[in-house]
Amino acid sequence: MTDQIFQGYRGIALSTLKKYNVRVWGQAYIETTRGVFRGTVLPRSENDDDRHLVLKIETGYNIGINVSTITSMKETGYQKAIYKIPEKEFPYSDDKPTVKLFGTGGTIASRLDYRTGAVIPAFSPGELYGAVPELADICNINTEKLFAVFSENMGPDQYITLAKAIGKEIENGADGIIIGHGTDTLHHTAAALSFMVQNLPIPVILVGSQRSSDRPSSDAALNLIHASYAAGHGDIAEVLVCMFGPTSDEYGFLHRGTRVRKMHSSYRSTFRTIGDTPVATVTREGIEHIKKKYNPRRKDRKVKIMPFFNELVTMLYYYPHMKPEMLDSLVEMGYKGIIIVGTGLGHVNRELYPALERAKEKGVSVFMTLQTIWGYVHMMVYETGRDMMAKGVVPLGNMLPEVAWVKLGWALGQTDDPDEVKEIMLKPVNDEITEREPYNGYLVYQGGVKEVEEFIRQFRK
Amino acid sequence: MKRFSPKRNYESTRKLIGYVSLQDATEEDYRRIGFKSGLEVHQQLDTESKLFCRCPAGIYHDNHDYDAEVIRHMRPTLSELGEYDGTALMEFKTRKEIIYHINNENACTYEVDDTPPFPIDREALDIALEIALLCKLNIVGEVHIIRKQYLDGSIPTGFQRSAILGVEGEIELTNKRVRIMQLSIEEDSCREISDIGHTRIFKTDRLGMPLIETVTHTDMFTPWELKEAAEYIRYLNRSTGKVRTGIGSGREDVNVSCEGGSRVEIKGVAHNRWIPKLSHNEAFRQYALLHIRNILNVRFNDPAEWKIEYREISGNDTALLSEPVKKALDNDMQVFALNLPGFYSILSHFTQPGKIFADEISDRLKVIACIEKPNMIHSEELEPLISRDKWKKVSAFLGASDNDAQIILWGPPADIPTALETVEERIHLAFSGVPNETRKSFPDGTTMFERVLPGKDRMYPDTDSAPIPLQDEQIEEIKPRLPGFVSERIKQMQKWGIPEDTYDYILSKNLYPLIVSISNDFGFDPRVIGIFLGHRFKNIEGTMKAHKDFNYDIIYKLLGFINSKGLQIDMAAPMIKVLIEHPKMRYESILTILNYKNVGADEILAPVDFLYKKFMEERLSDDPGSAVNWIMGQLRNHATGNLRLSELRRKIEQRILAND
Repeated sequence: MTDQIFQGYRGIALSTLKKYNVRVWGQAYIETTRGVFRGTVLPRSENDDDRHLVLKIETGYNIGINVSTITSMKETGYQKAIYKIPEKEFPYSDDKPTVKLFGTGGTIASRLDYRTGAVIPAFSPGELYGAVPELADICNINTEKLFAVFSENMGPDQYITLAKAIGKEIENGADGIIIGHGTDTLHHTAAALSFMVQNLPIPVILVGSQRSSDRPSSDAALNLIHASYAAGHGDIAEVLVCMFGPTSDEYGFLHRGTRVRKMHSSYRSTFRTIGDTPVATVTREGIEHIKKKYNPRRKDRKVKIMPFFNELVTMLYYYPHMKPEMLDSLVEMGYKGIIIVGTGLGHVNRELYPALERAKEKGVSVFMTLQTIWGYVHMMVYETGRDMMAKGVVPLGNMLPEVAWVKLGWALGQTDDPDEVKEIMLKPVNDEITEREPYNGYLVYQGGVKEVEEFIRQFRK
Repeated sequence: MKRFSPKRNYESTRKLIGYVSLQDATEEDYRRIGFKSGLEVHQQLDTESKLFCRCPAGIYHDNHDYDAEVIRHMRPTLSELGEYDGTALMEFKTRKEIIYHINNENACTYEVDDTPPFPIDREALDIALEIALLCKLNIVGEVHIIRKQYLDGSIPTGFQRSAILGVEGEIELTNKRVRIMQLSIEEDSCREISDIGHTRIFKTDRLGMPLIETVTHTDMFTPWELKEAAEYIRYLNRSTGKVRTGIGSGREDVNVSCEGGSRVEIKGVAHNRWIPKLSHNEAFRQYALLHIRNILNVRFNDPAEWKIEYREISGNDTALLSEPVKKALDNDMQVFALNLPGFYSILSHFTQPGKIFADEISDRLKVIACIEKPNMIHSEELEPLISRDKWKKVSAFLGASDNDAQIILWGPPADIPTALETVEERIHLAFSGVPNETRKSFPDGTTMFERVLPGKDRMYPDTDSAPIPLQDEQIEEIKPRLPGFVSERIKQMQKWGIPEDTYDYILSKNLYPLIVSISNDFGFDPRVIGIFLGHRFKNIEGTMKAHKDFNYDIIYKLLGFINSKGLQIDMAAPMIKVLIEHPKMRYESILTILNYKNVGADEILAPVDFLYKKFMEERLSDDPGSAVNWIMGQLRNHATGNLRLSELRRKIEQRILAND
């Protein structure tokens, strides 16, 4: 009960509130050595210190009062704030496709939390519609909150739950599926679903937002609008990530779930397809295809759900002069699969070779990917590469390190046999390894160059 | 049909509400209408960096000088207390496409909201605290950065980061104390380049610069008091010597109401001299709107039932077509005729000098429905654009009666629903009097609708920033650095006998400390220095173009030199005239240029007898005063710097007396 009345307060601040009988959401008149303050006592973030009260003053601003300056305090009223989100019944119409929106948490569905002073996942998908009414012009949305976890806490259990839920929803006749997801590990989940949900008859669109939906300039609404269009009307029946193309409110990209990566900590345009082009762009008006080859939408419901994952997989980010113990310890701890993220074309130092041999002997599957993010592992170019291959390290072409980790967990979830694992890893499900890298698959231009600057000025970034 | 003249109606309603011009208004007029006003004074702080990122502050660029552009849309969100803000909803209705021009030199990814904020600039916080202490505010224990929503696009995030430093202080004007409600530190907004139809363009150079906002209570009861308060706060800010000066560095929002009216905020008033007329006209506009309300309340029993009636006019309705309508149709606009039942004589009711109630509607069509002006014509235009006969046909087309008024409006088809809603909404507001608005000011002293006045519902905590504690030690450390209070400076200048007409210049240029240091360090009479700065130097600065390296410290050094050489203060003005253009020039060289020779009083005065004789011989005039002036003229150059000119005159007068 105390928790409720004095939300977030502890230590001296809590005892001061108790001493003067002032509650959170109480209107307080406070005399201090710095003068008089009036306002509503707000909950305090638990991570902030225990020496201040938070007050919302008449003008709507918040201020903090140091409790050691307080000489007297009185509660003169009480009014608890209640969140009201305009929640409406979704207007269903027969001429629109039916889309299922799964909520997982993350910033596409969020609101402010006093306890932490942070943005937490809390909007129910239904409330989400109240905030983005345009959705009703695009499709009929049904919503279901599967779980409410931060993006960084998503993992194999959630991948499996999602895969099964998708399978069920397809059986139920959905025309498309949207998954609201935090952005940090959006591409891990996209990769996992790409492997676990195969032969899709309808689009499965993962969507998030880089700027929380509590702010007016959030990308959440537009991303959701784009995702709804892609899910309801798009012809691409694959696991796709739908996020901003440029940082401007212009168009979204549909990225193949196996080739997409978050490339900037805070930009709206953070998701990029690596080593290829996105599959399509999407606006409020429609979808424009970029890639000609994709899995088209079908009427049947013959989806293949493969909800497997073995958590004994890990990644080893190589650095110069790494000691063999690093690898040995992983093997000793019982990991069955290791993705090495190597330098250049896919290398580690000679010192690790004995450890690689020991891993092979123990039946651990070891694969090579790249720190360079772009390009192919080429272990035939230098002798060191050939040496490593001889010690059982398998190059994974241009598979992205995170995708490789997900796929290895999925593969080991199906079999313990290293040869079978190798076979699964090297056989692309949906372009996680591509046969060729098109010339426009790698575009990281540098600012300051005249023609680049001209381009930036002419086209919105 | 009644004989009705909109012009006469405008004149008579103006008289009816008792409008008087600012010049003719007395305190009694303001008491009669219940004039009440307060201020929000915005002042940029003079820091190296912006407030929440490390971009340089104060580097501006031209509209066309940009490296990239970003486009955004703004959507209303829930505030902390759980409600949508009124302004937010209006801005959402306007569906603006907002374009930001970015220059790499003064904007980074923070400005376009692609990077979270960096810790607050400490230099800015310290300056703001100084000013908060000068306003005698109760300083908060912890600074909480909050987000204040702005959906007009002037800030790419859609909110301004802002924080209160202190509440409830006061300033002391000549005849009263004015209470200060609060002082906040915040980031400045973008500068608008254009706003046409559904596209608004901003540049991001000013965005994020540290700014303080000082808010007064509504303690000012005449436009003159309001101006005095604005001037005082300006002097106070400048007394720190740490705020920016120049165009746009200080801006006022003026809130005004009349008895029974509503709080209306006139935004972004760039010059204090505009304040009296703007606030005067706004108070009377409200008074006029209350008069309109009273008329309407007599005419209508149930205002909630009131509705506009409208019909579309197409190209086929030839009898109804007029020049403006044809033009609109040619531009692919939709045209609607609206009947306003019972609104006879209201559209041409006086609101502001040269403005009538119909302008209130047209302004909102521009802002809310995004239809550029001209966006309508109506049956009570002061200068009719279409004939009375044509209006009769429109009236018949709508089935209107003589008690009604008509509007014809036009716009892109997509904007018409909002336009019709906007007209109806404005008229419904008229039934209850004065809508809460922010208004844009014009140099002629009139204003137009800008936005619905935002409420406190638009504030919520900035989840990207942690609270900043303000320890007693930090405040104690700042206190010794504080300049004196402006009110005390004014009293001291009065005591010294410095003429009052110099105060505005001295205080707005923050020259008071210079007077003090010159008189303390070099023994000059503060009155003499005050006059020198407030009259002579002001004149020099106003007429000559100063070199970029010229600053007021040079005046201090110069007076030190004058003092050390035993020169008289009269030498300062001619020397400053040289220094202002050549601030690096050595003082000795300036004396050479000015042909200065060090001579004693006796030598200067030696030719007086001779000159007087010559004057009398030539009988240049019979007036003995003229003789003194003439001799002064002959000796002036020689005396400047060596003998105070007042002293020279006294000596000449003595000699002439002796000669007579």
